[in-house]
Amino acid sequence: MNWTLALPELVLSVCGLAILVFGVIPKRDMTFPCTMAVIGAFVLTGVLVIGQAEGTAFGGQYVADDFSAFMKLLSLAAAALGLLLALDWNAKEGLSRFEFPVLVLFATVGMMVMISANDLMSLYLGLELLSLPLYVLAAFDRDNPRSAEAGLKYFILGSLASGMLLYGASLIYGFAGTTNFDRLADALSAEAGISAGVVVGIVFVIAALAFKLAAVPFHMWTPDVYEGAPTPVTAFFASAPKVAALALLVRVLSGPFGEVIGQWQQVVVLSAILSMVLGAFAAIGQRNVKRLMAYSSIGHVGFILMGLAVGGETGLRGVLVYTAIYIAMNIGAFAVLVAMRRNGRAVEGVDDLAGLGRTDPAMALAMAIFMFSMAGVPPMAGFFAKIYVLLPAIEQGFWGMAVIGVLSSVVSAYYYLRIVKVMYFDAAATGFDLRPAGVSVVLAGTGLFTLFFFLFPAMLLDAARHAVAALIG
Amino acid sequence: MNAAGFPILSLLTFLPMLGVLILMMVRGEEAVVASNARWTALWTSLIVFVLSLVLWVRFDKSSADYQFLEQVSWLPDFGIGYAMGVDGISVLFVLLSTLLTPLCILASWNSVQTRVREYMIAFLVLETMMVGMFCALDFMLFYIFFEGVLIPMFLIIGIWGGPRRVYASYKFFLYTFFGSVFMLLAIIALWYQAGTTSIPELAEFDIPFNMQVWLFLAFFASFAVKVPMWPVHTWLPDAHVEAPTAGSVILAGVLLKMGAYGFLRFSIPLLPEASAYFAPAMYVLSIVAVVYTSLVALAQQDMKKLIAYSSVAHMGIVTLGIFTFSQQGIEGALFTMLSHGVVSGALFLCVGVVYDRLHTREIARYGGVAKVMPAYAMVFMLFTMASVALPGLAGFPGELLVILAAWAINPWVAVGAATGMVLGAAYMLTLYRGVAFGKLTRDDVRRMLDLEPREYAVFAPLIVLALWMGVYPQSFLSFFSATVAQMVQQHQAAIGTASRLAGL
Repeated sequence: MNWTLALPELVLSVCGLAILVFGVIPKRDMTFPCTMAVIGAFVLTGVLVIGQAEGTAFGGQYVADDFSAFMKLLSLAAAALGLLLALDWNAKEGLSRFEFPVLVLFATVGMMVMISANDLMSLYLGLELLSLPLYVLAAFDRDNPRSAEAGLKYFILGSLASGMLLYGASLIYGFAGTTNFDRLADALSAEAGISAGVVVGIVFVIAALAFKLAAVPFHMWTPDVYEGAPTPVTAFFASAPKVAALALLVRVLSGPFGEVIGQWQQVVVLSAILSMVLGAFAAIGQRNVKRLMAYSSIGHVGFILMGLAVGGETGLRGVLVYTAIYIAMNIGAFAVLVAMRRNGRAVEGVDDLAGLGRTDPAMALAMAIFMFSMAGVPPMAGFFAKIYVLLPAIEQGFWGMAVIGVLSSVVSAYYYLRIVKVMYFDAAATGFDLRPAGVSVVLAGTGLFTLFFFLFPAMLLDAARHAVAALIG
Repeated sequence: MNAAGFPILSLLTFLPMLGVLILMMVRGEEAVVASNARWTALWTSLIVFVLSLVLWVRFDKSSADYQFLEQVSWLPDFGIGYAMGVDGISVLFVLLSTLLTPLCILASWNSVQTRVREYMIAFLVLETMMVGMFCALDFMLFYIFFEGVLIPMFLIIGIWGGPRRVYASYKFFLYTFFGSVFMLLAIIALWYQAGTTSIPELAEFDIPFNMQVWLFLAFFASFAVKVPMWPVHTWLPDAHVEAPTAGSVILAGVLLKMGAYGFLRFSIPLLPEASAYFAPAMYVLSIVAVVYTSLVALAQQDMKKLIAYSSVAHMGIVTLGIFTFSQQGIEGALFTMLSHGVVSGALFLCVGVVYDRLHTREIARYGGVAKVMPAYAMVFMLFTMASVALPGLAGFPGELLVILAAWAINPWVAVGAATGMVLGAAYMLTLYRGVAFGKLTRDDVRRMLDLEPREYAVFAPLIVLALWMGVYPQSFLSFFSATVAQMVQQHQAAIGTASRLAGL
């Protein structure tokens, strides 16, 4: 019993409880101090994660290794950046409540539990701990019908996914006799072969995680929820929970179900292809930037799944690199969306960006960098992300998927270019309100990362390699 | 270290970025910013040009190897490095890029009045990408520069272009992007086979014929769009017509050469058998390009569109020369690329001169310009004649060599290419007659002023080059003859081995 392995999660949870008390006692508005305290707690947790020992704890329910450290740091960073974006937004929308950062904190604890899960039970626990705060966050702007609708939609479909996960887990338990990942790996690698019940169970588990990832065909909720939820919440949705779901998917598929790759590979390949294609085509007609970004994120998830479907060391490394770069560009792009506010009112049409190149050149430049990066144009980071998943795909002979991938990136270049076009080619509209400081910080950080990634790619690459080595061993 | 004693190629590539950095810092009134931006960009590009003359002086013409080499580890996991170097094929294109950039900046001095700083930044970024592309000795690095060109060019066409600029910029970007992603897959496949993306190492690597065919098609998708070859040339007239003058100059002068350079650098040395296999198809496409686009050019009313179609025709001559695989043919193609870079760039500048004054490119709106602008008419005539390959001017030696080489392959191919030359004379003279001669009927034409000192400064180096290349082509041919000789020899050796193997 080595409970110190879970120290980061424990510390973060205790911090969360403390901040809750700290926020509720004084009479005045505690949003800012609470947000800062939560970010401080994230930093503290990050330090603990870096210094964490490796091993399993709680009777094999929990595992800490380089892979979990990499993913946890990524989700902590994404959550912290999301909070920075929310600070100013919530104040302007009259949503300044100290519960907001605390909810994000508990969602993050859930993500970390998911990432470290080594058992179907702890997986479910983490997933629910993540999901419940997310439902509340989606409906955080409760007087706004769209936000309430988003929350309800997300809740209903999320519950469905949870149900599927539980059903799949129980099938696996019933046919394999265990829920522990290590013992599952042993059970499934036995010569006896694999029963149909386990396969059905695996597919259910994949489906539930694909729901969290918003991969086709479990993507239906994404555009509506992304559009309806408050923009900083959407930024958070599109980044951190995806990291956690992806970490789990990678761990489950490469660990316990790694031996039966033939049973699930075509499911992931199909989902990857459909996601890329749908992400490319469905976004073309969108007039709302948030919906557009929703479809764009579906497309990116397709690329990430391409790496996962290929598997192996290089494939999984591609997944990690792509995820890290995607988080940076995505949060950066959402920072611009958060800053889209004219005369105190938030606007979210693509056309509202018109003439941004004149009214706010720095922000337009950053957005252009993100858009070119997402389209995969070198020398931006997004190009390297695509390279790292295409390399293993071609190495393993997945030509069809690779060709569909690059073609869909050409199609998606069309709508990314449209945003650049609107910002630079169209006549200037009235400028946005003054850019909040939090947005500027996030924009500078993610923009510089996206633009100059090519100068020092080795750092991220090495970290990803260590993480994958821990997983594959 | 290399012959220059310092990493000159990286310096040439990234020095414009320093200019970009300075431009970003400029603050103040819009007019002050604009003026500062112009001077900063001009000085940066002039310094780069002067520095690039080191290549002209120190390049060892007797050697066929890569020179001024630089090598830094970049992505060691994948065997992808940052490698720079030039050989006889690329060195003059580096010089062409560094020469045309300051001229373009000078040419846009007055015609660009909005967002001057951004314009200059775009041009300096473009210079970085162009120079880097010709210097890259790693395929992945090449691809990054090759694609990176799209961003500044997209913005230049889209922001400072004509009325249909949005359509043209999209078409330009998406066409090229579409072609290039196939090349990316091909690069990855090559990397997977050979374990490296270093160009010199790849050239040593034997690729099975079956794979060569696929790789050739993938490269073709990218380079043919960029050249552009018929039938994927349709983005070019749109891009040219809508782009600002300087954008057209760079587009015709340098960007079109990227495709042909790609064929020379990758398709032929890496895939000799597939290149030989597809050569007849390339002849056909080249001849169709030459004849068809020449005919189309004859029917144009718009000056820029006419020159754009003539570019497609000239590039048809280039691809024809490249795929003859002979010393004459490839040297002729390279020479035509250079002369076309100078001459078509100059022709677009000529269009720009009258466009700045009258804001129309319709041939029929002019007439009799020679009477009011004699100096301009003289310059325009020089470049018109150079374009129709009048002996003694830049266009002639290259086309002659290509047609000679084509005759050795098949007289009919040579006849096709020669037809293009005849048609070329027809449309260029039509253009010249329509603009310079005829009755001076319109008042606004009558009020047009002749060249100003700035425009003389833009044209002077191009005139010198056009005459120099025509009168003494050897000073340019000598740069690439050693490299081309080695390339032809290696190609024949590879084909010889392949046919011997087939004979067994």
